[in-house]
Amino acid sequence: MKERENEFLKSLFKKYYFDYIDKIPVPDALYEREFGYQKFDGVGAMIRHIQIADAGEFKAFLMGNAPSDVYCSNGYYSFPALPLKEKDWQGADLIFDIDAKDLELPCRKKHVLGVCEPCCRSMTGNPDGTTTAAVCDGCGGSESKMRKKSLPCKPCMQAAKKQVRGLVDILCRDLGVSPGEIKTYFSGNEGFHLHVAHDAFRVLGRQERSDLADYIMLKGLVPETMGMSKIRPDKNGFADLHEGGWRGRFAKAAFGSKTKRASIISGLVKSPDAGYVEFQKMMDDAAARIGIQIDPGVSMDVHRIFRMPFTLNSKSGMQKAPCPDVDAFDPYTAAVVLDSDSVAHVVADCPVRFGLGGRRFGPYKAETVELPAYAAAYMICKGFARMA
Amino acid sequence: MVDTLLPTPEWRSCNGPVSGRGPFIYAGCQSCIMLHVGKDEKAKYPFLPEAGKFLQDQGFSLAEFGTDPVLKVIVDKAYERIMAATRGSVYRSALVGGKATGDHTLNMEIFSFLIAIVLIKLANHNTLVQRFALNESRRAEAFLTGDLSDTQDRSRSDMARRIIHDVSGTQVVQSNHRYLIPVADYLIHSKSFHEREWKLVNREVDGGYIILKPDKAVRLVRHTLVTYITSRINKSPVPEMIPGFEVMVAQLVAEAERLTPKYVVTGVNPPCVEHAIKVLEGGENLPHSGRFMLATFLLSRGKPIAEIAPLFRNAPDYNERITMYQLKHLAGEKTGTKYMCPSCNKLRIQGLCFATEECDGITNPLQFGRRRMAAGDVAAQEAAGR
Ligand code: SF4
Ligand SMILES: [Zn+2]
Ligand SMILES: [Zn+2]
Repeated sequence: MKERENEFLKSLFKKYYFDYIDKIPVPDALYEREFGYQKFDGVGAMIRHIQIADAGEFKAFLMGNAPSDVYCSNGYYSFPALPLKEKDWQGADLIFDIDAKDLELPCRKKHVLGVCEPCCRSMTGNPDGTTTAAVCDGCGGSESKMRKKSLPCKPCMQAAKKQVRGLVDILCRDLGVSPGEIKTYFSGNEGFHLHVAHDAFRVLGRQERSDLADYIMLKGLVPETMGMSKIRPDKNGFADLHEGGWRGRFAKAAFGSKTKRASIISGLVKSPDAGYVEFQKMMDDAAARIGIQIDPGVSMDVHRIFRMPFTLNSKSGMQKAPCPDVDAFDPYTAAVVLDSDSVAHVVADCPVRFGLGGRRFGPYKAETVELPAYAAAYMICKGFARMA
Repeated sequence: MVDTLLPTPEWRSCNGPVSGRGPFIYAGCQSCIMLHVGKDEKAKYPFLPEAGKFLQDQGFSLAEFGTDPVLKVIVDKAYERIMAATRGSVYRSALVGGKATGDHTLNMEIFSFLIAIVLIKLANHNTLVQRFALNESRRAEAFLTGDLSDTQDRSRSDMARRIIHDVSGTQVVQSNHRYLIPVADYLIHSKSFHEREWKLVNREVDGGYIILKPDKAVRLVRHTLVTYITSRINKSPVPEMIPGFEVMVAQLVAEAERLTPKYVVTGVNPPCVEHAIKVLEGGENLPHSGRFMLATFLLSRGKPIAEIAPLFRNAPDYNERITMYQLKHLAGEKTGTKYMCPSCNKLRIQGLCFATEECDGITNPLQFGRRRMAAGDVAAQEAAGR
């Protein structure tokens, strides 16, 4: 299955690791980490529990295995190569995953494709952008063979960046992390990964991290925290715009201005019973708007093997690229690192036009085209192109 | 606003005395001025190492307590101190507002604690250790709160902060009338609390610190006091039987036997159940929903009520009659309607779920372990070539 495509990708990825090997930083505490990888022909199987001794071995690991994806644990272990229960966990970096797909922007229906796995036919169409036609109009295959694939989208990236900025702000201002302890990366597909190496957080377990994630997402808030109570609420106890932490952010989002704040609060305290219910709604609404959309499962995990920085993501052929300046970062040029000099011939099918590596592509109607290798790889990774 | 509140870096890492801000005690810190542990402090916190040598310092030997009729008062008080703990009522201290009325009272407070430990060591029963540590920690909690919030006498709040640091490893930073706990410490200590107010999101968080009132700050670390006192008792050597103590020790053993839950934790309980048992054992408050889960789970597993009831004994609001009544009700003995153990989903929403990988794929705690067993069976069959 897809042998030629796999061969093509494998050689391109290999070339990347060969050319870039000296630019890929060796993770710190190398010997205490667990590594893992997947292969192009390995039907997704994860090879893990790998321990790497030194920089030389690290280079050999990346160049020798021709991996489709490479992972490195956020955890530190005494014996990374042993089974989980015997690894002797020593701590873990705090990690965050912000994914544009969780933000559910309206633009998604325009750039999320249903791609038929066997025949590479792609289609948009359903207004909610979630599901596609019941059968493939290329091969008549069933819906179960359809995969959702998202094309590059600037508004989605802008929204994800906003989440990153909010997260960094909370980490630094509320939680006492210093900016130098945070490393931000483009995930290589549709979002951002943050690695936080803050010593005090290293020992936190799953449950503590879950509470931390709830804080960041503004989940589990009770009205009393923002100043509302059922019995004789105190006007002076309400969150105010100038305050720090969530109280300040909430006041800005829920009240808007000083004058509006005063009038809303007067209304609330007049009838505390109804006010309490109303306030709860205001809170839920604010939480949805200003809570940071992280994937809590990732942040809770102390044993995750997480995509390694500077490696390639086989969902797109793009790099998990560092973003020292998130605002200025353009993933669709900065993370495009595969060969742009050579060309490849592919049969592509894509109803929308998209930009990548400074060029525009598509739309294609099941046609054979000559493309720069990086773009061919992108489309093959996404599943709507095959080798001609 | 934040910056003026927080300690300067030197202060935090305590690299040297910073004018007007000391004394600031840090474990192993050379430049910190040692606080003097006076008799008042020894009476309030008799588990401190400084109080440990009090008997010898005052020129008493243990044997004298067994025979001397004058010292008998102290032994009786020590016995009462333990019995109060077994009843779950906090030992009524003779200290008024954290101060003793006279030297005699102070001596009594310290002696009775130390002799109580001797009695407990002689009785050699874990239930006594647990109960005693729990109650003494509640007693100390009250004093610590008072000391920590003393804004007149800085040495008292410094002492409280030192004790908290020694016992829990947590450095409480005091800034005006605010008490700051580092985020990571807060998360670790608040883990076993279920009330929503303890969730991080419902706290004031600023610059890496949680801002708490003194009572909450002490409440946060109380469980470490229990651990601390327990380990102090466990670590102290078992003395030879002291002539004159035999009867009291026998009575303590009998009381401990009566109180010991016969229920044996099997180890195949799901994490939520194990957690609930641990919370109760530590004398922490388990919310109603948690008690409901624990009781219905054990009832469904076929545990008799008589074995379940003792689990709740350490709860702060324990009442034997009410507990028995409620258990019978849940078991359906009253109405014929048996209550089911709540689903994992429900427990997750209630904050009672502590899922591990072994919980994968189950929807009710009662299924825990069964799936694993089933998968094991399949593997075994496959191995057998079937
Ligand atoms: S998943 Fe179910 S069984 Fe496991 S801890 Fe959570 S509630 Fe308990
Ligand atoms: Zn098809
Ligand atoms: Zn979009």
